[in-house]
Amino acid sequence: MASDTSQATVQVSTSAVAQGDGAHDSHGPTGILRWVVTTNHKEIGSLYLLFSLAMLFVGGSMALVIRTELFQPGLQFIQPEFFNQMTTMHGLIMVFGAIMPAFVGLANWMIPMQIGAPDMALPRLNNFSFWLLPVAFGILLSTLFMEGGGPNFGWTFYAPLSTTYAPPSTSFFIMSIHLAGISSILGAINIIATIFNLRTPGMRLMDMSLFVWTWLITAFLLIAVMPVLAGVVTMMLMDINFGTSFFNAAGGGDPVLFQHLFWFFGHPEVYIMILPAFGIVSLIVPTFARKRLFGYASMVYATAAIALLSFLVWAHHMFTVGIPLVGELFFMYSTMLIAVPTGVKIFNWIATLFRGSISFEVPMLFALGFIVMFTIGGLSGVMLAIVPADFQYHDTYFVVAHFHYVLVPGALFAIMAAAYYWMPKWTGYYASETLGKWHFWLSVIGVNLTFFPMHFSGLAGMPRRIPDYALQFADFNMLSSIGGFLFGFSQLIFVWVLIKAIRGSGEKAHAHAWEGADGLEWTVPSPAPLHTFDTPPPFDPLTESPSRH
Amino acid sequence: MSTTHARAGVRRTVIRTLCVLVGMVGFTLALIPLYDVFCEITGLNGKTANSAQVVSAGEVDESREVRVQLVTRTGTGLSWQLQALDPVITVHPGEISQAMFRFSNRGDITSSGKAVPSITPSAGAEHFRKMECFCFQQQSLMAGETLELPLVFQIAPDLPEHIETLTLAYSLYPGDEDETVALGGAYD
Repeated sequence: MASDTSQATVQVSTSAVAQGDGAHDSHGPTGILRWVVTTNHKEIGSLYLLFSLAMLFVGGSMALVIRTELFQPGLQFIQPEFFNQMTTMHGLIMVFGAIMPAFVGLANWMIPMQIGAPDMALPRLNNFSFWLLPVAFGILLSTLFMEGGGPNFGWTFYAPLSTTYAPPSTSFFIMSIHLAGISSILGAINIIATIFNLRTPGMRLMDMSLFVWTWLITAFLLIAVMPVLAGVVTMMLMDINFGTSFFNAAGGGDPVLFQHLFWFFGHPEVYIMILPAFGIVSLIVPTFARKRLFGYASMVYATAAIALLSFLVWAHHMFTVGIPLVGELFFMYSTMLIAVPTGVKIFNWIATLFRGSISFEVPMLFALGFIVMFTIGGLSGVMLAIVPADFQYHDTYFVVAHFHYVLVPGALFAIMAAAYYWMPKWTGYYASETLGKWHFWLSVIGVNLTFFPMHFSGLAGMPRRIPDYALQFADFNMLSSIGGFLFGFSQLIFVWVLIKAIRGSGEKAHAHAWEGADGLEWTVPSPAPLHTFDTPPPFDPLTESPSRH
Repeated sequence: MSTTHARAGVRRTVIRTLCVLVGMVGFTLALIPLYDVFCEITGLNGKTANSAQVVSAGEVDESREVRVQLVTRTGTGLSWQLQALDPVITVHPGEISQAMFRFSNRGDITSSGKAVPSITPSAGAEHFRKMECFCFQQQSLMAGETLELPLVFQIAPDLPEHIETLTLAYSLYPGDEDETVALGGAYD
């Protein structure tokens, strides 16, 4: 697939020559080395996106191993020890290997093109950020083959499960988290530097597309919380190898401190995985409703409000550890407060759709699916925020249903929407509408069949992270497993769509690929030449700003 | 936009972002001692004082009774048994009481251990005052030896009204000399 992409991009560079800025092309390494040393934001963006697609299938296969074992009660296929490794690795790979790199890939491709910049501000750093990831996940996956197995303590790696009782491979896990964290931090620095300094003259912050805005805020979240994650895993490393007792009660430490530190990182982290999705949906909905986005400024402020509140809610993950009543009330109310700016966003999307001239191309289908199903996940989130109810829901499948609704038909659907939306710009060809619609509808059915029954099994008391369960949960689990396989295999349709578009079979796209679309990326040819905006494009806020009246 | 202008801007942004980054690293490191101080003041994590406290002044509140449940637990890597002779005692706030605990070494070598206390609900932790406790230092027991040790404590009269039961849990952990043994055992 990589060689197809390179061919497509070679075609791209010839069209760049035609555009008159070919001076930068046709030197430097060719073949595989070209991808290793590339500093071009579009090529690095493609690398990120292909890497995350590969990780989606690796993490997805682990999910199917889990669903296979849970198809029926009892132990049929794998042992509990391996089951624990699968749940842990599935979570880690999807969070750090699939969702986050996909958004960084989209940022690499689209932010410079949306703000009229020639490239990212720090192109070599960009290359380094990407290549840290295959190393990090190579190390992480290799732990599965080590003596004692890979990480088996859940993706939240609570101490002392991840320290005193952890397998010997945990130090490798810590190393890989460090590398992935460094990659995220460097990527965030690059994005902030690009947005602040490389906007085309005349583009104010409030003239930027919402995708750029949400990524700017996400980048600040990354800068703020990735050091906390690095700190936590370093303390684990010291507890395991150097005899310290940060999280060890015997030596005067406190395992609950681990949870405080982890969730101080962890809650902003879940917004890191959803804010860019908000930005994508805020571009796609106006395009296919053929209206300007309703409430641009309130979208920006709502995003910032969500980001700020994300630092004040972490203990809602820990209601059952025994925090005092005042603390539980504070974290309950601050959590519910987040529903307000999130509600503003959903209101604005619906108001944008209202009396719009709507058409249902595949990107729009995924965006609408996002709005409906992310809201379901948001509502179960409000239920979980209620302290007395959370005591029942805690560590059950209800929680699993909640976070999969916000992450799969939430974050992942937004990424798919973005891929279908920008594929004409990336490859020069529209994604197949027929295959795209099959992909969408099978995904919708699969995702709901998988995760909706989990609400019920959770409310009935089925605990998460167990390989076997009581007989009364059998029907719900069988449904979830069937849905899981349907969803998993329907993602192969996307690979087919992607290969077709890269190969150039299908409808050729022109520069302004979607008639209702706004933004500088639609002023360059499709496929986008390797180098765009070597001279900053003209930008008139009065007629081009998404915030114009 | 001139390129040198943009380059200077990028440099400035990167330096500022790195400062925020370093600040957050510092904040993370500062959280560890801050958490300990915060918990010591508020008793949030159920930890009690590490050294003998003086008797809190104030009347014994005969009208109120508080159940004190004594729970014991043996941690990994220590072949000891810890037992509270009276698992539940009822006291009046302000009253000074004593509870006895029996330590037995069931192993065949001399070893040392330490009992680490924790109070539930944590709001009661700062009101549980210990005048004398075996938990202030570690104990050493010969093979087969049994030792009975007292805990002298007082529930401060200002214990919040809604607390009717306090649970004091002691977890036994290996003492420092056995640290290597304990770590080796953890990977079994």
